[in-house]
Amino acid sequence: MSVDLLNFIETVLNGLMSGVMYSLVALGFVLIFKASGVFNFAQGVFALFAALTLVGYQTGQVPFAHLINELFGTNYHNWYASMPNFLAIILTMITMIALAWIIERLVLKHLVNQDPIILFMATIGLAFVLEGVGDLMWGSDVKVLDVGIPSGGSTWLEEATIGLAAEGSDYYGMYIDVLNVWATVIAVILVITLALFSQYTKTGRALRAVADDHQAALSVGISLRTIWILVWAISGFIAMVAGIMWGTESGVQFSLSLIALKALPVLILGGFTSIPGAIIGGLLIGVGEKLAEIYIGGYFETGALENWFAYVMALVFLLFRPQGLFGDKIIERV
Amino acid sequence: MLYKETGQYKSSYKSDHAIFPLIQDKIAFSTLMFIAFLIVPFIINSYWEKAILVPFLIFSLAAIGLNILTGYCGQVSLGTGGFMAVGAFSTYKIMTYFPDLNIMIIVLISGLITAAVGILFGLPSLRIKGFYLAVATLASQFFLVWLFNKVPWFYNYSDTGQITVSERLMFGIPVTGATAPPYATYLFCLILVVLLGFAAKNLIRSKMGRSWMAIRDMDIAAEIIGVPPLKTKLSAFAISSFYIGVAGALYFAVFLGAIEVTESFDIMTISFPVLFMIIIGGLGSMLGSFLGAAFIVTLPIGLKFIMVDLVGLSAVTAKHFEITIWGLLMIIFLIVEPHGLARLWSIAKEKLRRWPFPY
Repeated sequence: MSVDLLNFIETVLNGLMSGVMYSLVALGFVLIFKASGVFNFAQGVFALFAALTLVGYQTGQVPFAHLINELFGTNYHNWYASMPNFLAIILTMITMIALAWIIERLVLKHLVNQDPIILFMATIGLAFVLEGVGDLMWGSDVKVLDVGIPSGGSTWLEEATIGLAAEGSDYYGMYIDVLNVWATVIAVILVITLALFSQYTKTGRALRAVADDHQAALSVGISLRTIWILVWAISGFIAMVAGIMWGTESGVQFSLSLIALKALPVLILGGFTSIPGAIIGGLLIGVGEKLAEIYIGGYFETGALENWFAYVMALVFLLFRPQGLFGDKIIERV
Repeated sequence: MLYKETGQYKSSYKSDHAIFPLIQDKIAFSTLMFIAFLIVPFIINSYWEKAILVPFLIFSLAAIGLNILTGYCGQVSLGTGGFMAVGAFSTYKIMTYFPDLNIMIIVLISGLITAAVGILFGLPSLRIKGFYLAVATLASQFFLVWLFNKVPWFYNYSDTGQITVSERLMFGIPVTGATAPPYATYLFCLILVVLLGFAAKNLIRSKMGRSWMAIRDMDIAAEIIGVPPLKTKLSAFAISSFYIGVAGALYFAVFLGAIEVTESFDIMTISFPVLFMIIIGGLGSMLGSFLGAAFIVTLPIGLKFIMVDLVGLSAVTAKHFEITIWGLLMIIFLIVEPHGLARLWSIAKEKLRRWPFPY
């Protein structure tokens, strides 16, 4: 095989893997949008908040430490030195479920039947609140998150592919981050679990019923509020997984919440209402972005296409399918 | 009692269609204009100019622009920051190529350039609707900011990527640059806001404005009764972008003086706050644009005052508190009054009509 072809394959593989990361965030969006019609801009901040909380539990930080210290002149920092990973993760999950409950009680309950744009703005407000509270609770410094997922280049793949190139070419083998492989595996498990859950459990069926038709679901005795809490909790859980993945890769800091902006083009590409759409959209965007960076980016001396390329790509798709690739067909009546 | 319309008869269509049909409104507006033009310029100082009045005026313009598009024509846009950047950079480039041109003309031409860009980015709206469009407008935000950040021609190949305004005079008084006195920048913005505000109010009451609202309320029905969607949507994008472009030009030339595009026109610093202004002020309301802008401009100042000066927190913690309270207020506001401050004002007017009697 020629080096060009191998490089191409490597780019596509890396693109697919980063696409999985986008899909993880987009999945949370889709679940909430389907079940409650809310375009949840706070999904990215969810991920940040979950990651911050996880690190906080792991290292035993005292919540609101520097606020208390500033107000009362005390000097609290840590309760304990460390906590086992699985315990910290479980505690974070409980926190995210509690958060979903609070959001339903304090925000969503009061905004039923409002315009979609009002709900959207409310989630932007929610994003601000969570960001502020996260910073106040755990501090705004960049934190290292390590839950024991291996990372770094895969030497096995590098050695396996180095021989594929033609004799005499200086090819070093493919580079793929092990972390991304893990992310893919976890995402696949997550999606399969979700699919099984919504297909074979009673709650899962109720969830799909609500997504299909709120009124009909209400009339057969499904509690909308329970389902909403459930859906927001699941999204919180997905956000936690995304937060762990992105946080391990680049540290837990404010910019983590910006992955929401990365997930938006995935959403419009795949369609707001389709879970397969979120996954395939994520993969397409991931591959497209990486390919563009390498094959088109070279023609612009300026580079750094990744901020907008995904959006333009999604836009081009939208011109042909205004509801996204897998979105519900838009039927309009007068 | 204070605010009754009884006895104010209209004998012609002209008086019936006046912008301020009631004598009380006329008096209130004239008083406001009197204070704004003849009293404030004499007592304004640099703090009031830089912190409150000029940003309020500039963001009012941006809010009017976005309200035309989102409130009146129903097309949600998150690309305000990008369009303001177009206005700012057009001003900068025109200033470098035509050093003798009057600043007022430069600002208006920048608005026109932004309008052209707005039409271009408005094209997808013909096919995409709702949140899909909102996300698609983010494309313009990211693309435009990237363009101004990465193509050196736009910032004249300066090393820092910053653009800096040079001094320009109006009637012999500098209105841009470091030496501009507070009253000059204030009056310059005020004149533009008043003129463009009246223009917008009248546009909305014209055939064009009515077709925007028809498209907003139900686009298919509007199309069937003969409102052309292409022309209507693109005209809304063009005029909205014109206002936002002028606001961007003022933001750069008069208010900040020197900007760096990724910081000054970020989605979090411009696009969302302006969207929130029109929602908190009232979608589809001119008064709402001003009230929303006033609210959003003064809120952080008030919060900061309370946090840092009264409670005594450090600046960083105060900032986090500010973000939290800011978000909480947004949510509370949306829950309590989703139709915005303009709606509160109309309720107050109802009350004033009967006051002090219960009915």
